Amino acid sequence: MSEYIQHDRQGKTVGIVEKRYFSFAHDDKPMRLESGAGLGPVTVAYETYGKLNSKKNNAVLILHALTGDSHVAGYYRKEDAKPGWWDFMVGPGKGIDTDRYFVICSNILGSCMGSTGPLSINPETGEPYGVEFPFVTIGDMVAAQKKLVEHLGVKRLHSVVGGSIGGMQAMAWGVRYPEMVNSAILLATTTKHSALSIAFNEVARQSIMADPKWNAGNYHKGKKPDIGLGLARMIGHITYLSDESMRQKFGRKLQNKTDFSFNFDADFQIESYLRYQGKKFVERFDANAFLYITKAADYFDLERQYGNGSAVNAFSRARSRFLVVSFTSDWLYPTYQSKAMVKAMKKNSLNVSFCEIEARWGHDAFLIPNERLTAVIKGFIGHVNGQNERQ
Amino acid sequence: MSTGRTKDNDIRYDLKTIASWVPEGATVLGLGCGRGELLYHLKKKKKARCTGIDKDESRVAACIERGLTVLQGDISEEIKDYPDNAFDVVILAQTLQQIYEPAPLLRSILRVGKKCVVSFPNFSHWKVRAMLLLTGHAPVTRQLPYQWHNTPNIRVITLKDFRQYARQVGFGILKEIAINTDKKGESGQVIRFLPDFRATNGLFLIGKGK
Repeated sequence: MSEYIQHDRQGKTVGIVEKRYFSFAHDDKPMRLESGAGLGPVTVAYETYGKLNSKKNNAVLILHALTGDSHVAGYYRKEDAKPGWWDFMVGPGKGIDTDRYFVICSNILGSCMGSTGPLSINPETGEPYGVEFPFVTIGDMVAAQKKLVEHLGVKRLHSVVGGSIGGMQAMAWGVRYPEMVNSAILLATTTKHSALSIAFNEVARQSIMADPKWNAGNYHKGKKPDIGLGLARMIGHITYLSDESMRQKFGRKLQNKTDFSFNFDADFQIESYLRYQGKKFVERFDANAFLYITKAADYFDLERQYGNGSAVNAFSRARSRFLVVSFTSDWLYPTYQSKAMVKAMKKNSLNVSFCEIEARWGHDAFLIPNERLTAVIKGFIGHVNGQNERQ
Repeated sequence: MSTGRTKDNDIRYDLKTIASWVPEGATVLGLGCGRGELLYHLKKKKKARCTGIDKDESRVAACIERGLTVLQGDISEEIKDYPDNAFDVVILAQTLQQIYEPAPLLRSILRVGKKCVVSFPNFSHWKVRAMLLLTGHAPVTRQLPYQWHNTPNIRVITLKDFRQYARQVGFGILKEIAINTDKKGESGQVIRFLPDFRATNGLFLIGKGK
């Protein structure tokens, strides 16, 4: 998933891992979604690292962001060019130590990396769902994860950890299933999208839907809307960076030329970089899945869904210990949004720690190796004792 | 509280004195908690349930790394979110002299805490007086080691001033200890004779009303 991850320099890795599948809601018992629609059967693609101990109290659930997958760490094959997307954080002796914890990560519902989504076959038609796929919410994703966690024999999670949309899931875990969550780590996330975040998602969706090859979502027999999806990724990618990181990495540098070309080729390095990111993305991601997941993120509103419009009400259900981390240059979910959720937790006398990490990488900072982030997560997760964490 | 020892048993003398005022199992809020020396000590030795607030990222991270619950932010702002009497003890150690608006902060402290501890370096110590009087320079001492232009200590407070201020703002002083600490702050003693003149630090236990 991540364009940032590299092989561990010291060779510390969980090693060879395997993507597994878990299915539920077969035949007559579809999964009831928040929209009211039913979905079944449901498949969840997942990976686990480390061992579940005999008390079954060392499980850590990692929740991925928009275009992520279950492949958090390690390699499928020795020759893989890159490890999983959070390999620097998850592994033996790392921030989330696989020698101590049983780590679980599953692909979110509605995605296209192994779990049921618009690319899956609709049993009623024998064709991919496309836009016939029912709308899924962050809450639905979390409900599917709960089924998986129970299937793995875990009644209580030591921690749920997620960044960005993964952070929304971690938050939803905390308020939906408080009795199952000892602690939650929320990174670069928000209780609800601002108009700015919705605006960027809408432009990205429009670029997909404006591509004639999208064909109202039915592109499975023809060519895929690569232009639209690539453009959507380019827009998204800008919001994951920051003014500072772009200035430092690209500035106004030209791409393989000394002067302007006076045509519409990519003159600047930033143009070339974004085009490359767009192109790479369409090889691995489904356009409809992108539409569904961005919509789920836009719909997410912790206050509205769990607190009658109040964040304080919403967090009154929570029982776990929280760690909230924001990054100084994140303009997609700026620090003020993290502070607002921390405030609501404080008003509930929840045990919450908050740290704003100075980082110039923008929203994506949690995906980039950062000693401070690793140390804070390691320390926090190592001190969770599972007692009622309310003050 | 921004400096001090990190080892378990080895906290500064002034912090040890404050710790002796905290009851077993108390809920504690440490304002300007630094790297969490006192809070960690209270958690381990007194089984206190501690929360800290500090504005500095690296200090907050150090606290979280050792398992403390700490929020990064401005203490005068962060304290506003807590309900009345949310904590058994609120501690403002060696930080009052850095506060721009002390009165609203002290009122907040008294609102969220059942008991409150405030400590600060005593500006009427004889060395401070002597320095200004004899050398004509702004005093630089162990407790106040900065030059006039780089000091974070924007308030000049003496034990006498604080007692007077208590009457003005309207809080009571329940207990008062003046101490003198050694060079590193590791050991020290209580000063009973001429504390205004001889003490390096004042520690006050304050409560609501006069």
